[in-house]
Amino acid sequence: MARTLLDKVWEAHTVRTLPSGQTQLLIGLHLIHEVTTPQAFQMLKELKLKVRMPERTFGTLDHIIPTTDQSRPYADPMAEDMAEHMIRNTKEFGLPLFDMATGKQGIVHVIGPELGLTQPGMTIACGDSHTSTHGAVGAIAFGIGTTQVRDVLATQCLAMAKPRLRQVRVDGALARGVYAKDVILAIINVLGVKGGVGYAYEYAGPVIERMTMEERLTVCNMSIEGGARCGYVNPDRTTIDYLRGRPHAPQGAAFERAADWWRSVATEPGAAFDDVARLDGSAIEPVVTWGINPGMSIGVSQTIPKPEAQPEPERPTFREALAHMGFQAGQPIMGAKIDVAFVGSCTNGRLSDLRAAAEVAKKGKVASHVRALIVPGSQQVAKAAEAEGLHEIFQAAGFQWRKAGCSMCLGMNPDKLEGREMSASSSNRNFIGRQGSPTGRTLLMSPAMVAAAAITGAVTDVREILK
Amino acid sequence: MSPTDFKRREVAGRGIPVPGNDIDTDRIIPARFLKAVTFEGMGEHAFEDARKQNPEHPFNQTVYQGASVLVVGQNFGCGSSREHAPQALMRWGIKAIVGGSFGEIFFGNCVMLGIPCLTVSQADLEWLQRAIGRDPQQPVAVDVEKQEVRCGERVIKAAVPDGARKQLVDGTWDSTAVLLEAGAAIEATARKLPYVRGY
Repeated sequence: MARTLLDKVWEAHTVRTLPSGQTQLLIGLHLIHEVTTPQAFQMLKELKLKVRMPERTFGTLDHIIPTTDQSRPYADPMAEDMAEHMIRNTKEFGLPLFDMATGKQGIVHVIGPELGLTQPGMTIACGDSHTSTHGAVGAIAFGIGTTQVRDVLATQCLAMAKPRLRQVRVDGALARGVYAKDVILAIINVLGVKGGVGYAYEYAGPVIERMTMEERLTVCNMSIEGGARCGYVNPDRTTIDYLRGRPHAPQGAAFERAADWWRSVATEPGAAFDDVARLDGSAIEPVVTWGINPGMSIGVSQTIPKPEAQPEPERPTFREALAHMGFQAGQPIMGAKIDVAFVGSCTNGRLSDLRAAAEVAKKGKVASHVRALIVPGSQQVAKAAEAEGLHEIFQAAGFQWRKAGCSMCLGMNPDKLEGREMSASSSNRNFIGRQGSPTGRTLLMSPAMVAAAAITGAVTDVREILK
Repeated sequence: MSPTDFKRREVAGRGIPVPGNDIDTDRIIPARFLKAVTFEGMGEHAFEDARKQNPEHPFNQTVYQGASVLVVGQNFGCGSSREHAPQALMRWGIKAIVGGSFGEIFFGNCVMLGIPCLTVSQADLEWLQRAIGRDPQQPVAVDVEKQEVRCGERVIKAAVPDGARKQLVDGTWDSTAVLLEAGAAIEATARKLPYVRGY
């Protein structure tokens, strides 16, 4: 019987079936960062346990890192304390840490693929919900909580139930000015923010197959926003070309042998899925969220929906969203004034994202009332962008060019919204309070759309600027 | 610790309703409170911003202090994987959660802490929230083993997925000990993987 990638990877990593009926699943790559690990290391010490496979564990610093002055100690004593714990814990347990001095530091979901740590056919875990990102190379990657981080540190395993599998097919071709971010926002809008609960998503179809690896990373990144625990794209030529030459990928003849195995884990033709969903990629226009979860989105040319048009149980959330955002049902999203523009995050902080934003930044200057930040996803992204002069394009247009980190995606460092500021953001969540101000407001969109909003001071159709 | 300490067959206490769908973990515990190297004191920040903006928030109301059964809407705990969310609720006093559906990482984190999350129908959810609102002092019992919630005269059918239910009822939700039992089978599984063995 034809098997899926999920079937094959799950089976290869099954240690045993637990008395609960769940699988004891071996985790091939464990990525750790400073926010969700200190308590896990503490528990490990209390249990007098070692890290089971230190050679399969890699750390970085990302969530709390300032993006301006990165000299230690950090101005925020709590951030300093967390960084210090991470450095001390990784040293004590003998784990590699990609800190500032390595030149490889960055957002955990940016550096994993970038360094070639993330490979097809692996199981991957990290104490961060956006671990789903790594599925773009054909891995099964789960976001986990801190007690589960303890489990992986201590046993290299997780107790997990195998999810069902939904293939999400995107047919047709994307129009100019429409990006991977628009595709995943459209998918979440159609399938809903809890539509993926209990499922893994396999992204497929011509639009996904034509995507670059960085675009696929953007799509898989937001699987969790659709409720799916993980999402993946089958490994293909694009995957293999992307991994060739990366420092932690196999080298030479071993790479060719690895590539053969990677191809062999892809879903076989005729494999059955628990569900299939189809979208027409040609019909997708630039997408903007208007509400308080990533499913509350519309095409940039559309108007904000009316609560009365929603099913009854959804109406209170819609009303709450309108009240929080200060929007009226029926108003167009185009022209909504913004105060802050943010390009960065594990969703859209890679080189191709910065290039797309720079292409738009060339066309104007940041509006006088807008604070605009460009935050590369990693030190290597920053270096590559600087090598091609992107930082100069941004600075000339009035954007601030920052250092690598999670930054204003979740406001755990000094980059935060203030008061009711409205942010055009390339990040992944528009939850109330997400960007650091309890009353702050977030409009999610692609990096090019963020740049367009920055230079016009309001939500704009980037297709008009790119004409 | 005897194994019986871990069994979560039933939680009995008073209820506290927090209505609304898609309440994410940023709302349960805003990111600024994650800047800590322990979970201690997390309980006082549960729903902090929501409570500040709304003095009527159930977590602010005197009648609900001491409640242990949280009754929520659909997709509760979606978003970030932060275990700080269930930790905050647990440290506030929550011992069981009844809802329409749950974010999956949140659900898993709750199991890891021995907090049962039960799903009930939308109609039963609304009834339960109204009933608790009318009489916050009445007992609410969550029976994990029988998969039911009892309140007043009513016995409401509830569900917990098999694996999680077994872990809670048997007291095997403290997974590290269970996973360690596999012993050398862990390394044996690893050695069979091409990327561990070497290509």
